[in-house]
Amino acid sequence: MIEVKNLTKQFGDNIVLNGITETIQKGEKVVVIGPSGSGKSTFLRCLNLLESPTGGEIWFEGNNITAKGTNIDAIRCKMGMVFQHFNLFPHLTVLQNITLAPVTLKRQTKEEAEAKARKLLERIGLSDKANVYPSSISGGQKQRIAIVRALAMNPDVILFDEPTSALDPEMVGEVLELMRELADEGMTMVVVTHEMGFAREVGTRVLFMDGGVIVEQNEPNAFFANPQHPRLKDFLSKVL
Amino acid sequence: MNNFFQVINRVLIANEGWKVILSGLGKTIEIAFFAIIIGTILGCLFALMKISTIKPLRWFANLYTTIIRGVPMVTQLMIFGFVIFSGKNEIMVASLAFGINSGAYCTEIFRAGIQGVDKGQMEAGRSLGLSYSQTLWKIILPQAIKAVLPTYTSEFIALIKETSVASFIAVTDLTKAGDMIRNATYNPWVPLFTVALIYLIMTLGLEKIFSRLERRLAKSDRS
Repeated sequence: MIEVKNLTKQFGDNIVLNGITETIQKGEKVVVIGPSGSGKSTFLRCLNLLESPTGGEIWFEGNNITAKGTNIDAIRCKMGMVFQHFNLFPHLTVLQNITLAPVTLKRQTKEEAEAKARKLLERIGLSDKANVYPSSISGGQKQRIAIVRALAMNPDVILFDEPTSALDPEMVGEVLELMRELADEGMTMVVVTHEMGFAREVGTRVLFMDGGVIVEQNEPNAFFANPQHPRLKDFLSKVL
Repeated sequence: MNNFFQVINRVLIANEGWKVILSGLGKTIEIAFFAIIIGTILGCLFALMKISTIKPLRWFANLYTTIIRGVPMVTQLMIFGFVIFSGKNEIMVASLAFGINSGAYCTEIFRAGIQGVDKGQMEAGRSLGLSYSQTLWKIILPQAIKAVLPTYTSEFIALIKETSVASFIAVTDLTKAGDMIRNATYNPWVPLFTVALIYLIMTLGLEKIFSRLERRLAKSDRS
């Protein structure tokens, strides 16, 4: 589904991604971990071209999206993204946050979009928040709404950029629970996170990044039980 | 006390000074009204140019704000009145001059407002598949407008007060009207305080209107 070929990214002299080649299959839940500054967020943000790569290619569903002339907006409709700081639109109600993109892009009529949004809100137990503004809800609720906002576009994959890092500890659970449900339903997910429990239980594959490269990867059980690379051993000894 | 009203009566009523004032007020409002519209449109346009990725547009917008903000209003007004539009309808010329001047300040106000919106908002909009301009119109600008409203109000009020130099190109605006009455009646305080009071009423009124608008727009901030 996503094919990354020798991806590099440089900010000035600073090499953040140093040649990443990786394939993500439909239905996979790929969890990316690593120390801060390892390039894992940049890697994720390159996948939907929020960062434009310095070199290499990214293919999504058979299209080279790094090629000149690609309609990236159309590609992004199929790649949802969830941010660390939620980035809900503060001037819109919760319902409008969810319906803005499908309606603006004429994917759904206003009525269809609202019906769908209400169904999604009901699913996450926030029906009563449909008409309030984001400033009046908790961080956990905001992030669940941000996830639902991404879902409203019917994406084929959702990218999660440290979705629980900005949350109070007691709200992490509700967000991870929703992500777990999506995973169980077969959604393809790429998750940058520090939640090792989530990586172990929900991930189908875990990537360890350091210094702009993927140092080691494995299915979660072997990954955590039997790390090979000294840098991964060192990292795990600090976070587990 | 009787004397007080007698003087006012002599200066403003018996002499028909009030008519002069009213006509001056009309011109002041006319100039300010068109200048505000022109200034706001120019401000939007040049602010978008300033944040654009196209270098010549940025360069042109910078040139505009640098020149306009670096030259005194009266000098600009006279250049418009006596050089560029010499002999044209002076109210139109004044509206244009004040509008172009105000536009430079509006440009900076709007640019700061747009750039003050969290970067994550643009990213969130784009990540949903919205184009740059769709995100700008639907997500960034509504938030920016709310943020700039107080400074925009100040610019509005400053503009109304600035039009008081319009008589430099022979416009009989409110200030000039007061001055003419002073000359005709040899009484300085009645026309000047009358004019001052009228300016004050206009600026206070505007402030009221905008603070109401601000409160309405702030409804999404309330918890």
